[in-house]
Amino acid sequence: MKKMQRKLALLSLLIFTALCLCGCHGAKEQNAFLVPDEFDESKTYEITFWAKNDTNMTQVNIYKDTIAEFEKLYPNIKVNLRLYTDYGRLYSDVITNIATNTTPNVCITYPDHIATYLTGQNSVVPLDGLMADAEFGLGGSEIRFDGPRQEEIIPQFLAECAFDGATYALPYMRSTEACYVNKTYVEKLGFTLPEKLTWDFVWQVSDAATQKDEEGNYLVNNQKVMIPFLYKSTDNMMIQMLRQLNADYSSPNGDILIFNDTTRELLFGIAEHVKLGAFSTFKISSYPANFLNAGQCIFAVDSTAGATWMGSDAPLIDIPEEQLVNFETVVMPIPQFDPDHPQMISQGPSVCVFNKEDPQVVLASWLFTQFLLTNRVQIDYSCTEGYVPVTSKAQQSAEYQDYLSREGEDNQHYYAVKLQAAKLLLNNVDHTFVTPVFNGSASLRDAAGQLIEEVTKGIRRKKTVDDAFVDKLYGDMVSRYHLDLEAGSALDGKKQDLGPLPQTSVILLGGLGAAWLLLLILAAANEIKKRKIANSSHKD
Amino acid sequence: MKKFLAALLVLVMALTGAVCAVAEDVKVMTYEEYAAAEKDTEVVIECYVQDVQGWWFNSNVGHGVITVYGQDQDGAYFVYEMECEEADAAKLVPGTKIRVTGYKGEWSGEVEVMEATFEFVEAEPWVAEAKDLTEVLANAEELIKYQNQLAIFKGLAIEKIEYKNGEPGDDIYVTVKQGENTFDFCVERYLTGPDTEVYAAFADLKAGDVVDITGFVYWYNGVNTHITAVAKAQ
Repeated sequence: MKKMQRKLALLSLLIFTALCLCGCHGAKEQNAFLVPDEFDESKTYEITFWAKNDTNMTQVNIYKDTIAEFEKLYPNIKVNLRLYTDYGRLYSDVITNIATNTTPNVCITYPDHIATYLTGQNSVVPLDGLMADAEFGLGGSEIRFDGPRQEEIIPQFLAECAFDGATYALPYMRSTEACYVNKTYVEKLGFTLPEKLTWDFVWQVSDAATQKDEEGNYLVNNQKVMIPFLYKSTDNMMIQMLRQLNADYSSPNGDILIFNDTTRELLFGIAEHVKLGAFSTFKISSYPANFLNAGQCIFAVDSTAGATWMGSDAPLIDIPEEQLVNFETVVMPIPQFDPDHPQMISQGPSVCVFNKEDPQVVLASWLFTQFLLTNRVQIDYSCTEGYVPVTSKAQQSAEYQDYLSREGEDNQHYYAVKLQAAKLLLNNVDHTFVTPVFNGSASLRDAAGQLIEEVTKGIRRKKTVDDAFVDKLYGDMVSRYHLDLEAGSALDGKKQDLGPLPQTSVILLGGLGAAWLLLLILAAANEIKKRKIANSSHKD
Repeated sequence: MKKFLAALLVLVMALTGAVCAVAEDVKVMTYEEYAAAEKDTEVVIECYVQDVQGWWFNSNVGHGVITVYGQDQDGAYFVYEMECEEADAAKLVPGTKIRVTGYKGEWSGEVEVMEATFEFVEAEPWVAEAKDLTEVLANAEELIKYQNQLAIFKGLAIEKIEYKNGEPGDDIYVTVKQGENTFDFCVERYLTGPDTEVYAAFADLKAGDVVDITGFVYWYNGVNTHITAVAKAQ
């Protein structure tokens, strides 16, 4: 009978497992996108495009013009634009909408974010099939505009959008980080700006700039405020420092390797300069451009896509005019540990297509995505900031080359700082890198930046940044960003010291211990008493 | 003996509880103490919620956050992206009293409590009356003493209304004029979004209109009031 029961149980388990597997398989097949043979133009399609701009109306207008042009070419496709100025909000909204199956059709994104979106089954369309399609692919026969062929997309930029064996996005714009330097103040402090910036030089000048007079005014600018070195994206700062030192960050398959001794030493080094008041961050202080333009910062590191905000003559200004200070702005690659082998991040928006029930809607989304890579859009948008186009077709066009040749002709379209920022990337494409993409890589990036933020705040809050501080910080980051859920190597296999127990916990545990001790004493006393009574009865 | 031990046990537990209560007893700052506290110090304040910006899950910090405009009878607090569960966010209605623990910071001139956590405090609800600060608008040194308070500025001439992205949906930047001085105010989308009365009201206003503006005295490189109500001046 028991054997029969076992067999039945095993059979049930097998049936259940098979059903589960069939269910998964069925769901995947149902949702996976297949390129349709033709585009059904008898129907109309309404797609939504979630885009990010840099609080820049020219960019907004380019998006709108682009949509209008596209809708002229494809009257049966209506594109609704939703604008963001913050990647964090955009990312958060997409995640929320994956859960409710209300994602946009086309979305500006970062590959790290796509890796998270992919946790929703088939939520993002792999583009390889679409790109290669003879009719609707890149340079396809049925495309109604002069888009780029696949080989005309800068291979390195396209490769940044590929992971897990598929291409999940097209690059839209590319940028890197630049150090915008107040050369006037560097020289006022007695230094000469080198051809290539090093971390040592930046720290040395920054430390020197913290000197004040008896009234508390900084000697270099005669103001009460001076943050000599201000970094916008501390995640990039940590990632680039580690890369330049050839230190571990993560493995391609998602092993978390950042919590190592090199990171620790970098944090200790940064802490020393924070102590002097030589360094701060965007999150703690505000936009580097605002401090730079007010003469309250010497080295402002921000994206090349932020160049129009940088410098005394910047076309976009976010501080009262009376606070502007005149100085010479120099655009340089970020500081390096080995200036002969510079390394800098490649960043910038990409575009992904979200999957939908109707493949025709996806195809309509894909057509619009491709349209974003046409020369008109690429050149217009890249010229709004220190971006560079992602296609050789646009980069090599006479129009773009003419634009580059007119650096400094005015302080608007040809603003020198903006063009220098774009050229910085064009001249250094071979020195750029990206970090591995995997589910969790967005969190790891957040943690990388947060390490610097926490150390900087720690020093400002009069905490001691030592090994114990960093040990606890590592543990906190693993916990906050769930980094222990990945490949399991987050902590180098070492046990983390989570610090002393809170006082209340100690008291509570002590009280409980005392209570248990008393109960044991009571029980023991009772036992002894019972035995005594038993012994005396026995004797009797 | 049993009675004695039982009594002793009760005493130990009671003492434990009492000591815990003492350990939990935190010093809540008055507004004056908060204002005097140095930046980057830990602060504990109690305030009444006057309004909030929309809750959202900030993946960059790994939890839900909400920004609170808080005030008590003595002053006001801007609690930036306070840690908050979504369910609790719905309870942060105007008048609710909360105890906030965080760090005092300053961002582009705005003094705020950052990295805050909170707990609800039982109390009668209290909502601030808008203070008429029309006369001090042009005096930044005086106005900043009212930072984050709910205020009303009367008789301002609208100079310019700009939507952040060129059309309704995001923030509205409002430049107003008082005499020869101009000021940049803002209809902050996450505080008063497109579905609110105040947001819609700006569609009917134009340069030259004279208005009374109510809002929180927010700061961004100078006064940058977050507008909560607007009415044509009588």
